[in-house]
Amino acid sequence: MTNILNEIGIENYIFLSVILFCIGVFGVLYRRNAIIVFMSIEIMLNAVNLLFVAFSTYHQDAQGQVFVFFSMAVAAAEVAVGLAILVSIFRNLGSIDINNLKNLKG
Amino acid sequence: MNTNLALLLLLAPFLGFLFNIFFGKKIGKSASGIIGTLAVAVSFVATLVFFLQINETKEAVQIELFNWIQISNFRVNFGFLLDQLSILWLLFVTGIGSLIHLYSISYMHDDENMHKFFAYLNLFIFFMISLVTGSNLLVLFIGWEGVGLCSYLLIGFWHKNQDFNDAAKKAFIMNRIGDLGLLIGIFIIGSLFSTLDYTTLKTAIATSSNLDLTMISVAAFALFIGACGKSAQIPLYTWLPDAMAGPTPVSALIHAATMVTAGIFMITRLNYVFDLAPDVQNIIAIVGAVTSLVAATIALVQTDIKKVLAYSTVSQLGLMFLALGFGAYEVAVFHVITHAFFKACLFLGSGSVIHALHGEQDMRKMGGLKKVMGITFITFLLSSLAISGIPPFSGFFSKDEILMTAFHNNIALWVIASLASLMTAFYMFRLLYLTFFKEFRGTEKQKSHLHESPALITFPLIVLAILATIGGLISLPTDSWLNGYLAPLFSKEVHEVHHFGTTEYALMCVAVLGGIIGITIAFVKYIKQNQVPAEDAEITGFSKVLYNKYYVDEIYDVIFVNSINGLSRFFRDYVETTLSAAVFGLGKVTNEISYQGKKLQTGSIGFYLFVFVLGLCAIVTYLFLAQ
Repeated sequence: MTNILNEIGIENYIFLSVILFCIGVFGVLYRRNAIIVFMSIEIMLNAVNLLFVAFSTYHQDAQGQVFVFFSMAVAAAEVAVGLAILVSIFRNLGSIDINNLKNLKG
Repeated sequence: MNTNLALLLLLAPFLGFLFNIFFGKKIGKSASGIIGTLAVAVSFVATLVFFLQINETKEAVQIELFNWIQISNFRVNFGFLLDQLSILWLLFVTGIGSLIHLYSISYMHDDENMHKFFAYLNLFIFFMISLVTGSNLLVLFIGWEGVGLCSYLLIGFWHKNQDFNDAAKKAFIMNRIGDLGLLIGIFIIGSLFSTLDYTTLKTAIATSSNLDLTMISVAAFALFIGACGKSAQIPLYTWLPDAMAGPTPVSALIHAATMVTAGIFMITRLNYVFDLAPDVQNIIAIVGAVTSLVAATIALVQTDIKKVLAYSTVSQLGLMFLALGFGAYEVAVFHVITHAFFKACLFLGSGSVIHALHGEQDMRKMGGLKKVMGITFITFLLSSLAISGIPPFSGFFSKDEILMTAFHNNIALWVIASLASLMTAFYMFRLLYLTFFKEFRGTEKQKSHLHESPALITFPLIVLAILATIGGLISLPTDSWLNGYLAPLFSKEVHEVHHFGTTEYALMCVAVLGGIIGITIAFVKYIKQNQVPAEDAEITGFSKVLYNKYYVDEIYDVIFVNSINGLSRFFRDYVETTLSAAVFGLGKVTNEISYQGKKLQTGSIGFYLFVFVLGLCAIVTYLFLAQ
């Protein structure tokens, strides 16, 4: 069986993953809209998932893929909770701009 | 049967204590007093039974209750030894104790805390009994500490007066200093012989061939310090005069007849230890003689009736120590007994006087009481004659024996002791003349209230006065019942002072003459010349030094109290300040750092995320670099 990995090459997967991760980081850092920050976090998460799968195939070891399923399941739960929080914030403050969320100031 | 009776003897006062402390208030004053008195009387009866038994069989009764402490081969039993010495002591502790309890029923009747008074008195008797009857040094130590505690409680019985509380504290602290000595002595003996039991110790000393005499001397000296504290000898005597702050029955019971003789008891009990330490014995003799003289000189000018008696007690205890120092234990014991009789009588008599005058203790405001207080006067006179050493009263025999022992051993100490005896006669009759003769010098109001005390007070006085008069019979110079009775206790033969020759008769005459001279001087001064001691401010010269007790309290204040206070201040001002500065400093630094750190908590999520990513980068960089 020809391995898709052999055709594209592991380093490209790594580059893609790093790029996705950086996009996520910068999204988190620069955007003020909480939903977009949230989406950026998901991107980072999926960048890592991608890397997991890539290495799993590379090492011929299914463990990595199993972990991805786990992390996707957890991410789904996390999204549900996160969105619920965002909705609640929006109801209370009328905005989801993270610059407005300063109640944690020490 | 012996065990049960001994337990009854010991526990009756303790039960009295428990009953009085818990139910005393409910059952009323008189009932509480009667129960307290009965509790001690039961002990007295039990003691009498034992006394008759031991006088018959000459066999000590040893009772072991249980094994108390066992560490490898060191063993302490909780037990009691009822031998000649302890039963003798018990006789007058419980006997005089009962009389004083009886006296207190009337004397303390106006006090709201009378049940507490009787509870403490009972507790005292209980501890005194355990002190005396314990079969080893540790049980003695329990009693020793217990009587100290009761002494403290009773001196400070009228605790609303701060001076009295101070006196109580002083007594307790002074005693603690002595107790440390006692404890060290016990430790040394325990480590040398692996036993604290009297009988075992005696056998161990008698059979051992290579004794460590130096360590035994150290132990004896430490024990002597303990005795000094309890029996008010130089340098630890200053608490006893202050202890007069307590109610008068307490002074009579604890600070004249029983507790203060505990030191003499302990030394007599351990006579075989002290016999091995002649140097310590010399120290004891010298300390005793000096104490008797110093205290007697102070007593010459005191104006508080109880203070005179207190210094007189210190002085008489000094004479007993003098006898102990010469190894004449039976002589010291004899004087303890006669002293218990006449001094208890004197204290109770002074209590009767104070009672009649509603608390007045200054002899300058007394006088002429002979007419109204006939019984008190006569008993007081008999006891004064006894303490002055006038034949045929009891004090004559015991004091004479002490002086004779001193004469045979050390002339210088004999001179000192004789001087002290002469002064004793003087100050006792000074007290008697000032109190009972001439005209009353108090206020008119007091004068109209003068009365003889009730029978509950005079009865103990009469009994004690009779004992003070005839007490000498137990040890006549030629035919001593006491010496024979005590003989099994002592390893060496009782001193052969009994071959009566011209020297002895001459000494006797000198002693009596000294007493008569003292009485005469007092008579001339206070009856013929009709003098009254000057007011405090007018006292000058050497009398002032004496009146202020050689300023010993002040000197102790300067040397010990002030230096300890100085040390405390040093610790408070420097050591404690430094320590707390360090602790506070640590807190301050933490606080400061936290204040700075607080500024990071901006509340801006964007900032948190930025720092979070920065941290992530840092970790990743570190991981790369670390490889």
